[in-house]
Amino acid sequence: MEFLVITLIKLALITFIFMTTLAYLQWVERKVIAHVQVRMGPSRVGPHGLLQPLADVIKLITKEGVMPPHVNGGYYLLAPFLAVFMALISISIIPFGGAIDIPAIQLAGKTFGPYHTMMELASVNMGVLMILAVSSMGVYGIALAGWSSNNKYALLGGLRSSAQMISYELPMSLAIASPLLTAGSLQLRGIADSQAGFYLGFVPKWAIFQMPAPQIFAFIIFMIAAFAETNRIPFDLPEAENELVAGFHVEYSSMTFASFFMAEYANMVTVCSVGTLLFLGGWQPLWPAALGSNFVAPAIFLGAGLICLYHGLNPARPFDRYTLPVFAVVFFGLAGLMAFPPLVPVLTPLFWFLAKVGFLLFVFIWIRATLPRFRYDQLMSFAWKFLFPAALLNLLVTGFLVALVP
Amino acid sequence: MDPLEMMKNGVPETFYLTLSAMLFAIGVAGFMIRRNIITVFMCIELMLNAVNLSFITFAHQHKQVSGHLFAFFVMVVAAAEAAVGLAIILTVFKNRSTLNIDEINTLKN
Amino acid sequence: MDLFFFSLFAFIALICAVNVVLQKHPISSALSLVGVMASLAVLYLLLGAEFVAMSQVIVYAGAVMVLFVFVIMLLNAGIEVHHGRSWMAKLLGFPAFLAILGLLCFFVQRGFPNVGSVRFGDWEGGGAQQVGYALFTEYLLPFEVTSVLILIAIIGAIVLARKELD
Repeated sequence: MEFLVITLIKLALITFIFMTTLAYLQWVERKVIAHVQVRMGPSRVGPHGLLQPLADVIKLITKEGVMPPHVNGGYYLLAPFLAVFMALISISIIPFGGAIDIPAIQLAGKTFGPYHTMMELASVNMGVLMILAVSSMGVYGIALAGWSSNNKYALLGGLRSSAQMISYELPMSLAIASPLLTAGSLQLRGIADSQAGFYLGFVPKWAIFQMPAPQIFAFIIFMIAAFAETNRIPFDLPEAENELVAGFHVEYSSMTFASFFMAEYANMVTVCSVGTLLFLGGWQPLWPAALGSNFVAPAIFLGAGLICLYHGLNPARPFDRYTLPVFAVVFFGLAGLMAFPPLVPVLTPLFWFLAKVGFLLFVFIWIRATLPRFRYDQLMSFAWKFLFPAALLNLLVTGFLVALVP
Repeated sequence: MDPLEMMKNGVPETFYLTLSAMLFAIGVAGFMIRRNIITVFMCIELMLNAVNLSFITFAHQHKQVSGHLFAFFVMVVAAAEAAVGLAIILTVFKNRSTLNIDEINTLKN
Repeated sequence: MDLFFFSLFAFIALICAVNVVLQKHPISSALSLVGVMASLAVLYLLLGAEFVAMSQVIVYAGAVMVLFVFVIMLLNAGIEVHHGRSWMAKLLGFPAFLAILGLLCFFVQRGFPNVGSVRFGDWEGGGAQQVGYALFTEYLLPFEVTSVLILIAIIGAIVLARKELD
């Protein structure tokens, strides 16, 4: 009973936070790309365009969902559902941090607790394999959308995406397999825990630095394959707008279109979380707590608050005078929360995990703003002639090192 | 033991075996009645899956991992078979531009 | 609880299997087959075969069936046409199918009358560790032979499907 209630609370929290993140990731992406290209980005709806995601969501919900007469009814509606379902399901097995312990509370003559729960929805023995399985099922959504639209551009997009996703799944699986050799577990929490500790007191034991076989090449291969699996630039051939109009989702509108968008962003978040857990040590800090890694989070938020306050007092634009001090107060509050002693063991791992995931997401956006698109034959020959042999070689070397070095 | 008695503490393994047999029979029927070469191929995959279910059930019965390995090998062989089979289908379609196995009968007469 | 999950997923598997045979369009058949495979993966989990369940989804549903869907989309295969079929096949087909089904079920019930029951979590021998250990000790030779088989299949597929170099 207690387990059920706690799980339901966690479920509601994670769903709410995850959905909000997906909406705001779009805002972050537009802002970052705009600043890379020396533009302003969304700035009309709300302060700094912060209400833009809300406006987009309202627009997409209230628009009329047009179903073209020539589509293949059932599959046309099934495809976006499949895509978004497979994208959202994998967040449920990703751990975000350590344990949460809530001490017993006396309330109205009854004792509640003490409660003990882990920061994850479900702990699966085969976590890594399950992530692979779910992500390999995700291709059906896109392939079906392309086929059921009865449109040549959509069909080409669907064909390209299924070929691309099958091809890049191989180097991705091989790149994932090599840190598993050093971790010795298939459970995501176990893998992250196996990367705890430091060499020489300050070099973290993350898989990309871990000693018998540093996995830095596996990490790079994983990230390249992740770009292809999530259909992001430079591998966004399935939806290349100047060749295929919009690829597989050209016939979709309103909410069905929005679900493909949501699936893409959810896949990005999942892939970044998996990369963090497997290669970047999950919630393990960059340097030991003895050297003050617990103070990073409050310091960053304090700095952000001070910068906001300074710019609020010396405004560049008229409305900054009112909005930036509010942001400053929010940042100060977050800094206080991060430094509050009872919350430190809970929030500090969460902060490190989110910081790493956020960094990887930033890399995704950064590369989108920087690189052009591949040609289709380049994409295929890159996967089969370079990435796959490289991943295989890396796995072989890792295997030898793990077996030979005691 | 009586099946009803056994259902109180779990599902009898016979149920799993019966399900496997039913899936296999459906696969055989599909193999016989379908005319599209790809669908015929899919019915073969269905039969392989049914056999895999039997292997896993027997592994559970004997509490041995060997059954899982047989199922694993069946899977690997099925994947290889699918690659070659679909390549053959592609070639056949390229040469005769049909997928109907009734029309691919050059060797018959 | 076990019986509920077994009945649910066995039912889904059977419905999807019948759908594979009865649907006219290859894409519908392929998707129904994916349904069969996914529900069989759940049944494997109930039987304690975690690793095989996951590889079932990854290999079968995620790779082999995607390949099928890809080829169907590539060839633009439409609804299949039936040519004339003898009245005897039409008349006898379904009863013969029922007879075979009944016989199979009868022999299964007879041959394994009391082999024990399955409860989720009462046997944990199908984890990655156990499977891997058996694979690389007792079954090393079949494993290596399979890898050669896959190599042959890769070469065969390339030779069959490549464009002729004139």
